[in-house]
Amino acid sequence: MIEIRNLTKRFGDHLIWEDVSLTIADGESLAIIGKSGSGKSVLLKHLNALLNPDAGSVLIGGQNIFELNYVDMRLVRQKFGVLFQGGALFDSINTYENVAFPLRYFTRMTEQEIEHRVLECLELVNLKDMGHKATSELSGGMRKRVGLARAIVMQPAYLLYDEPTSGLDPVTSEEINELIIRMNRELSITTVVISHDMHSVLRVAERAAFIDEKKLSWYGTIEELRVADHPRMREFIKASEYVI
Amino acid sequence: MLLFLEIGRYCRLLYDALRSCTEFHTYRQNLMSEMVKTGIDSLGIVILSGLFTGGVLTIQTSYQLTSPLVDRSAIGAIVSQSMLIALAGLVSGLVLAGRVGARIATELGTMRVSEQIDALESMGFNSVSFLVMPRMLGGILMFPIIYFATSTAGIIGGVLAGSATGLLTMAQFMEGARAFFFPWDVAFGIIKSVAFGFVITTVSSYKGYYASGGAEGVGKATTQATVLSCIYILLADFVLTAILL
Repeated sequence: MIEIRNLTKRFGDHLIWEDVSLTIADGESLAIIGKSGSGKSVLLKHLNALLNPDAGSVLIGGQNIFELNYVDMRLVRQKFGVLFQGGALFDSINTYENVAFPLRYFTRMTEQEIEHRVLECLELVNLKDMGHKATSELSGGMRKRVGLARAIVMQPAYLLYDEPTSGLDPVTSEEINELIIRMNRELSITTVVISHDMHSVLRVAERAAFIDEKKLSWYGTIEELRVADHPRMREFIKASEYVI
Repeated sequence: MLLFLEIGRYCRLLYDALRSCTEFHTYRQNLMSEMVKTGIDSLGIVILSGLFTGGVLTIQTSYQLTSPLVDRSAIGAIVSQSMLIALAGLVSGLVLAGRVGARIATELGTMRVSEQIDALESMGFNSVSFLVMPRMLGGILMFPIIYFATSTAGIIGGVLAGSATGLLTMAQFMEGARAFFFPWDVAFGIIKSVAFGFVITTVSSYKGYYASGGAEGVGKATTQATVLSCIYILLADFVLTAILL
């Protein structure tokens, strides 16, 4: 379980959001929505301590991750898989090596075991025969799928998605949505999705949190979101050209 | 205020890099690759620079030493000693501030803006140990080799230029070079080259590691890394010469 308690973040004098509190249960799928620049990605980067807050805490298994020393923090980070907006693939190595990368450094697997695991993950994202491809040869959707394969290769307990469908065509977006649902349901991975693609949010999430006016403005289930009487959130959803 | 912030962040990066030096398994593979990229791949340009520097210095010294009372072998002494004490380290340092410094800043800057460094951290890697430590060590270990290559090329360039222009023979050149050869000159050159390797790799790593603002930000970081490396090399050259000679 991830507990976010009274989190406040500033960059210099600029307040991003304050007093954000949220609980994400194990196996749950949560979407964090909000306008561009509302600080969704900043909030996501606090969940695995890539950024430190000005106040508040994030508890993983009851332990405040910001109080951990660097070595323990790195162990906590290994419980997370992250799909970055652009995939964040290492461009000096090919697709296969990108997925194998954490296995080579953090496990004592043999080359055969690594190959088996990498191909298993690439198959999960429907890219089994693409291992030899250079990352520069991959399309936007393929890069995200390889990023997802790399994110799950260490069998994380939590998967964080930063704008997983942004910049993709509707068909590829739908493929990514399907994968997010599969990862959450088949592998029971706790999922946090940052998005302003309402179609994707309604497809993949069980709960949603709306960040607006520098605070957590609304929080509830997807069913509650469909009928919520929250003017700014309704305006946001309407502007997303999605009719509930 | 900004200057203190920059110095603080630079020192913090150095501290993190030095603290992670025991994590050899993390940077072992990258260290080999960095030693090749920084050292072996740079040999061509530094040898060329050395050859021409030695050649020009020979002709120029000959032009300045017009007195018939000064033996021609003095040219060999001046050129070889100048190469060993000052020019081999400085020329190779300035050339590599562009070649190596720009490469490091661009690589790390691109990794920063495309979130590859965040990806490393989120997997549980120590990104400083993985990225900065091998570049820093690679520079420190390979710059003395580059120094040897440049100074040797400089002396060969001097011999070739002297022979080709008929200003002095190879025997005259080597006689002067041998007469004024002091082991301390080589030791001093090595110390300087280690300092230059450290300056170039750490300044460029710092600029790249903290780059922001997309492609423009990476370009800015690369320019700053190259310019600052050159300035700090000149500064370090002056300080070390004043202290050690």
